[in-house]
Amino acid sequence: MISFRLDGRSVVPPYLQIVQQVRQALRMGVLDLGDKLPTVREVVAATAVNPNTVLKAYRDLERDGLVEPRAGQGTFVVGRPAGPPPGTHSRLARSLAHWVRGAREAGLDDESIESLLRITLRAAAEEETA
Amino acid sequence: MASSAQAAIRTSGLSKRYRKVTALSEATISVPEGRISALIGPNGAGKTTLLRLLAGLARPTGGDVAVLGARPGQDPAFLAGIGFLAQEIPLYQRFTAEDHLGIGAHLNSRWDGDSARRRLDGLSIPLGQKVGTLSGGQRAQLALALTLAKRPRLLLLDEPVAALDPLARRQFLAHLAEAVADGGLTVVLSSHLVADLERTCDHLILLAASQVQLCGDIDTVLAEHQVLVGPRKDTTAIERDHTLVHAVRTARQVTLLIRRGGPVVDPAFEASDVGLEELVLGYMGQHASPAPARLTMIGEEQ
Repeated sequence: MISFRLDGRSVVPPYLQIVQQVRQALRMGVLDLGDKLPTVREVVAATAVNPNTVLKAYRDLERDGLVEPRAGQGTFVVGRPAGPPPGTHSRLARSLAHWVRGAREAGLDDESIESLLRITLRAAAEEETA
Repeated sequence: MASSAQAAIRTSGLSKRYRKVTALSEATISVPEGRISALIGPNGAGKTTLLRLLAGLARPTGGDVAVLGARPGQDPAFLAGIGFLAQEIPLYQRFTAEDHLGIGAHLNSRWDGDSARRRLDGLSIPLGQKVGTLSGGQRAQLALALTLAKRPRLLLLDEPVAALDPLARRQFLAHLAEAVADGGLTVVLSSHLVADLERTCDHLILLAASQVQLCGDIDTVLAEHQVLVGPRKDTTAIERDHTLVHAVRTARQVTLLIRRGGPVVDPAFEASDVGLEELVLGYMGQHASPAPARLTMIGEEQ
């Protein structure tokens, strides 16, 4: 079972935060096929978020074929988001963490790391389209 | 829940005058069943008056109002469907929570004391202790549990969380949202703590100067508005195509909150989505008297 963290200061609307956190949990392998999502009531009790917000998020995930409501039982994971197999993200996250440590040791602060990442992403995108 | 088309509340031109003072003017609103509606507005905007009219505690001087399909009044059939919690929490300081549950069971035919006890247990609120010795948050939770035990179909709350600390506020709103998740309940909640409301509410009634400025689902209302930032120049074209809600002008820049009349095409302006707090402040600022000159001068080069 996963729990949701809703950031009131985020520009991302709460329902989308729930959708993104389920997708992220699926990518990281924290959630897998057959796992049950928390009930609407459980999410509401833990976060004070509007029940319709949770329903909307679960409907979005259902439309994308990731979850399925089963009458009287709850909502279950039935699919994985398109992309690499689960575990890929956590493997890459580990090597990225290693890289970040190296960058910090080299004296880069978070702002320069972020800007370096943006520049590299843009360069890679240009390379692909070239 | 979200798709139910039935309105729990519907008013048309609803007005209330006290002698020469207009407390509420021509309010036309609709709240669908199952919503948690945020009633927002500055002090004196008419929030309490609207809630009292909906609860049947005050009589309108004009217009129509239907609450749960009936005209609000003091008849038992109407009152059985309504829960009303005012700013002053109606509890007896020398009685225990258990005493209050007993009184409630005695006075209400549809009383659900078991779920109230479960909720209070879950919040670790001692049932045998005198209410006067409980914390403000615990008293608010007890009042909410007692109001919900009546099993109302509409719950009207006047500034219920204003006096609570952030944790107690979050717990109170979670308790409220859980009751709505159980189904069959609509809530209207007045408050000026917009950040709390944005999370828990999915519907908005915005009052300013005794008039309804906005009423609708929060997602829809937000999507209808936009903030435009651009160089200071003539904004008449924008004001012709859209409704200007609020403007902040400096020597070099203008920031406009607009209600969109269509797509924004002017490339000189950068358009961005608007959050609930920004929207509320924009509408309140429109009606603030007189405009705080210093605030609009920020960044101005003299």
